[in-house]
Amino acid sequence: MSSKVIHALYDDDDVLLKAVKEVKAAHHHIEEVYTPFPVHGLDKAMGLEPTRLGITAFMYGLTGLGFAVWFLNFIMIQDWPQNIGGKPSFSFAENMPAFVPVMFEMTVFFAAHLMVITFYMRSKIWPFREAENPDPRTTDDHFLMEVAVDGDEDTLASLLKGTGAVEINVKEKH
Amino acid sequence: MGHYEAPIREAIITGDKSYHDITVDVAAPIEGKANKKWWIAFIISLVAFLWGVGAIVYTIGTGIGVWGLNNRINWAWDITNFVWWVGIGHAGTLISAVLLLFRQKWRMGINRSAEAMTIFAVVQAGLFPLIHMGRIWDGFYVLPIPNQLGSLWVNFNSPLLWDVFAISTYLSVSLVFWWTGLLPDFAMIRDRATKPFQKKIYSLVSFGWSGKAKDWQRFEEVSLVLAGLATPLVLSVHTIVSFDFATSVIPGWHSTVYPPYFVAGAVFSGFAMVQTLLLIMRKVSNLEYYITRVHIENMNKVILVTGGIVTVAYLSELFVGWYTGSSYEDFVYLSVGAATGPYWWAFWSLIICNSVIPQLFWFKKIRTNYIWTFVISIFINIGMWFERFDIIVINLSRGHLPSSWTMFSPTFVDIGIFIGTLGFFFVLFLLYARTFPVIAQAEVKSILKSTGDNYKRAREGGAPVEKTIKEVVETKAEEVISTPVEEIIADADDKDAQTNSLLNSLGAFDASTMQADDLKKVKGIGPVMEKTLNQIGIYTFAQVSKMTKKEYDLLDSITGSFPGRAERDDWAGQANKLKS
Repeated sequence: MSSKVIHALYDDDDVLLKAVKEVKAAHHHIEEVYTPFPVHGLDKAMGLEPTRLGITAFMYGLTGLGFAVWFLNFIMIQDWPQNIGGKPSFSFAENMPAFVPVMFEMTVFFAAHLMVITFYMRSKIWPFREAENPDPRTTDDHFLMEVAVDGDEDTLASLLKGTGAVEINVKEKH
Repeated sequence: MGHYEAPIREAIITGDKSYHDITVDVAAPIEGKANKKWWIAFIISLVAFLWGVGAIVYTIGTGIGVWGLNNRINWAWDITNFVWWVGIGHAGTLISAVLLLFRQKWRMGINRSAEAMTIFAVVQAGLFPLIHMGRIWDGFYVLPIPNQLGSLWVNFNSPLLWDVFAISTYLSVSLVFWWTGLLPDFAMIRDRATKPFQKKIYSLVSFGWSGKAKDWQRFEEVSLVLAGLATPLVLSVHTIVSFDFATSVIPGWHSTVYPPYFVAGAVFSGFAMVQTLLLIMRKVSNLEYYITRVHIENMNKVILVTGGIVTVAYLSELFVGWYTGSSYEDFVYLSVGAATGPYWWAFWSLIICNSVIPQLFWFKKIRTNYIWTFVISIFINIGMWFERFDIIVINLSRGHLPSSWTMFSPTFVDIGIFIGTLGFFFVLFLLYARTFPVIAQAEVKSILKSTGDNYKRAREGGAPVEKTIKEVVETKAEEVISTPVEEIIADADDKDAQTNSLLNSLGAFDASTMQADDLKKVKGIGPVMEKTLNQIGIYTFAQVSKMTKKEYDLLDSITGSFPGRAERDDWAGQANKLKS
């Protein structure tokens, strides 16, 4: 396998989507696609697995809820029970209605923040990280498909040209 | 492809935009220089902010006694301002989260600024609980942490503590939601930046966003889940704020209608503030093509609905207070006693600003008019401030002991802190308007093909739906003269000939091989003039640079505006420099 990749630039999302399908059909390996905005159906066309971030958010939410229950029970029932305005403080079950707002807020807090942190870690985005898009136009109005060169370089280039690419560059893989 | 949208839906991106146009328009306020009006607004806000800082320092240094509070009215402007600012924040989350769940495309033009407004408003709100503690250095007592009092914990039975959790969760989740949405747009600014310092800053804040397919997939999932979490969150926040009052035993506060009524009121006031800010912003930052009449009208409809809910709540409070026959209910904030008592002016300000004036939005002419909308939005902002003032001050001004009945008069410190938060809010918003991408451009690009006016026209004209922007631009060049955008092109036949001769000497613009330049860079060409030039068929610096006296005169006779302007500013000379 050669160490080269081809960067094919497109200037329309529908053309890109069609091109991705054609390149896949010709059994070439698409390394990456860089787009300026979310192109619907691109992940399916590229054969990406669905993301599991939604599931993680649910689990983080449960964690938050569990933490809130433990924390409220420890503070209000076990460590220092107090008679506040005659509200029952003898068992968690009796005092629980007053804890619902905080339990809810902590569920949301955990789910939202931990999910976003997971997203940043998985996608490797954080402060001081260098951007990896090979061409600055891909955040403006161009779409870039990076295809691994497997076999004849010219055949692949002409295939990409045929899919409506406006520019084709052969690069060393880095 | 799936870009079809019913023709009956009005275009929400106008001005025949392409993807690149959106980039340029969103980047323009950041890359350009601030104008005089911006500086004037900024300096006024800064002065107000500094006055507020002074008032806060005086309060903390001397004590809460410098406020106008008295024995009976022991909570006044501080909590009024707190609830007012939190309420304003609600519209941002409603637009970005609830409208996302309902798949409302029109949210995309306004969500970024509305969310910014949310965060800045909640920052103002958060100041009040902190400073009204008096001894702010003991503020950590509201946190459930072990402390030197043998671990005396906070009271989780109290709505005031629920508020601490609700507001801090709301602020932090809104901030994260907002910033995640900003990453692709910061990346766009980063990739356009030419100055090294700018590039560094925008690289830092864009977190190295590259726009990979997998990242976009995750980005969309995260946005959806955050919207699903933020929706019940925003409802819980004002519900809990209303518990501060509803769980007490003060007549007028002890009311089960408070939670839904507070949430509706919050959305009502928040949308009014969004209108106030965006109607100015669309003019100042040239965003007329993205924040259109459709946006304004839709927001006015939300105002009408939530204003209606609030009015029904007022009526039910009035009725129930009267129906109880209790004399204690005759001095609560919505009662005959309040309407005719010493606080009649506050009562009627509330009714007129919140329940009467917004009814004008039933008329389509008024709810689609920018000036009317702006004026009414100001009234609603005032009315909603009075709602909180009435709830707090009128209800506290009278109680079970008539000998202690009194009124409240704010001191200069009360007023100073309120003005200060207004100043702080506008300082933040003005800085935001010049450094942040104020339109969620990545999202707007993703709906351009379904709702851009050029694409809609092309579809209605029977053109294939996959028509690309290039083809649209080409057809546009042919139909320019017939486009009735500016009435300045009056007698078409004569102008037609003039335009042709003008283009003959300057060279025609071919959209498939050439790239349009930002003609606004030429001194003397504003957005309107650029549009006029584009209509004629002039898109590039190269074309402008070929202009001589003959072409200037020809141009003047076509446009009929600013005769001699082009020659005086030497457009050709400027364009010649810009061309290279």
